[in-house]
Amino acid sequence: MPKKSLCGEYGRCLVEMGEKYPELVALEADLKESTQSIQFQQAFPQRHIEVGVAEQNMVGIAAGLALGGKLPVTHSFACFTSMRACEHIRTTVAYPRLNVKFVATHAGISAGSAGTTHHAIEDIAIMRSIPNMTVLAPGDAREIRQSIEAALNHQGPVYIRLATGDVEDVYGDSENFSIGRATELRKGSDVTIITTGTMMHAGVMAADKLKKDYGIEARVLQMASIKPIDRQAIIKAALDTGYIITIEEHNVLGGLGGAVSEIVAETGKAKVRRIGIKDRFSGTGSAAWIRQEEGLTIDEIINQTRAFLGKDEK
Amino acid sequence: MRKISDNRTDELKQITDKARKLMVEALICAGCGHPGGAFSCIDILVALYFEVMNIDPGNPFRSDRDRFILSKGHSSVALYTALHLAGFIDLKTLLSFRQDNSLLCGHPDASKVPGVEANTGSLGHGLSVGVGLALAGKMNNDSYRVFVLMGDGETQEGSIWEAAMSASHYKLDNLIGIIDRNKIQIDGPTEKIMALEPYKDKWEAFGWKVREINGHNLQEIIMVLKAAPFVKGKPSLAIANTVKGKGISFMENNHEWHGRPLKGEHAEIARRETKSVN
Ligand SMILES: Cc1ncc(C[n+]2csc(CCOP(=O)(O)OP(=O)(O)O)c2C)c(N)n1
Repeated sequence: MPKKSLCGEYGRCLVEMGEKYPELVALEADLKESTQSIQFQQAFPQRHIEVGVAEQNMVGIAAGLALGGKLPVTHSFACFTSMRACEHIRTTVAYPRLNVKFVATHAGISAGSAGTTHHAIEDIAIMRSIPNMTVLAPGDAREIRQSIEAALNHQGPVYIRLATGDVEDVYGDSENFSIGRATELRKGSDVTIITTGTMMHAGVMAADKLKKDYGIEARVLQMASIKPIDRQAIIKAALDTGYIITIEEHNVLGGLGGAVSEIVAETGKAKVRRIGIKDRFSGTGSAAWIRQEEGLTIDEIINQTRAFLGKDEK
Repeated sequence: MRKISDNRTDELKQITDKARKLMVEALICAGCGHPGGAFSCIDILVALYFEVMNIDPGNPFRSDRDRFILSKGHSSVALYTALHLAGFIDLKTLLSFRQDNSLLCGHPDASKVPGVEANTGSLGHGLSVGVGLALAGKMNNDSYRVFVLMGDGETQEGSIWEAAMSASHYKLDNLIGIIDRNKIQIDGPTEKIMALEPYKDKWEAFGWKVREINGHNLQEIIMVLKAAPFVKGKPSLAIANTVKGKGISFMENNHEWHGRPLKGEHAEIARRETKSVN
């Protein structure tokens, strides 16, 4: 299957949204080709506000635009959005529940050898701990489109976490995203694999191999809506399968694994294993190399799943 | 201030030629990285590491060393190349730039590379660190000076101006800021993206003594930076007028070469244009 550029797909989607929502204004902080807000700028030059290298100012301006009746969408890398401008997002936007959307690209370690300054392995934890905030992490073209439209229709702040890079489609025509709901990508009763963002691809591939090679039936839930999270789907997975594995391109602390564990702990009905960045800053290398180092690969998910279920005897 | 000799200027010119050639190789090996801003600041780095700063590659942590902070951390390939030529890191390490398991990250990590003083790459951080180092120097009665190189686009970050205010408040005349004023950022010309002018006036209003220099004229860079502090009791700022991508024809003044991979035909042209030295 051909791969698609996630940011490119996002940029096209934003142009369509621009037609549909005349109040939509895009803000950019000197990364318009990377974030692909350039597509919106070309289509609607009057509604694209370039602030230069000034992410905190961008968030403040977005707050003012929202107060003035506009529908602002900010653009920068996830690291600079969630961390440089963090308090501006929390106090100026989220506290009064202003209608600002934050598109945060190059999330996780997808910026590869640019290194830790350009990675965001903390952003889910930060953003989901802010009251009033909605946190979305879509992982393929269809899910991006649906989550962007859902975010624009939602009244209040939304953080949308995107990776850079090309990915294959996972969603079929029948799979649909909505805020607060998990998307079931595979049925199964032995174990549940919960993914977010682009990790859904590896999750699905691992599940297919687990079934074919080892007879293990894994349910796969894509949790693109990290906050609000689908409590019911998680509790059901705990009761039905007893084992839950979370996979995220984020620190194992405080992200998807944290969110799922919080809910599972309340039920006491399942064991959880978290796969993610092992609470450390990565070494230098390509995104693929870092994923290998952190066990964020199909093979490692399979190994971890088998070990977790006690089915890894040779 | 005495002029440096013509012989020495020629030697330094050869070092900058060699540096450009090595940067081309390192960028080609990496297959990614940020060429434009590296070529605009390499002459300044060579001047600093070979003439201006008191450093000791054999003892990179000597307490009286002058400190250099590359606040525009994306120009790391220029810093690594200067560190290599000055004797801090070997050629093999330099050519491992940005590759799997390399010590040389796209944005410099001080914990991995001798001679790197601060972890930069998120723009707008370096000047504050420089203020702290300069304050510590004053408190400890140390004689070292602190040099901080910033991008002009970088100074759109508010944190730069917070640092600028504190530097003059504390009369840090052991702090020297340098701006790589190539007038280009990622999305286009600085004056079109978010105007900086009247730039010199802004820095002066923040209490800095400012000099403008040609950032590709080694004599001028060295004379002016050696003369710092420009006045006693104030931080010094050199606005270095530069050309983004300087030395590589297709990169010069072209914002598209801010962060584009150097490969294929472009790699060959860049090699040809820098091959004069060995
Ligand atoms: C806080 C932050 N925001 C955004 C970026 C992405 N970025 C890297 S370089 C750059 C432009 C910098 O322009 P300038 O300082 O003029 O650099 P130069 O032309 O000297 O390379 C931007 C926006 C970053 N590294 N850090």
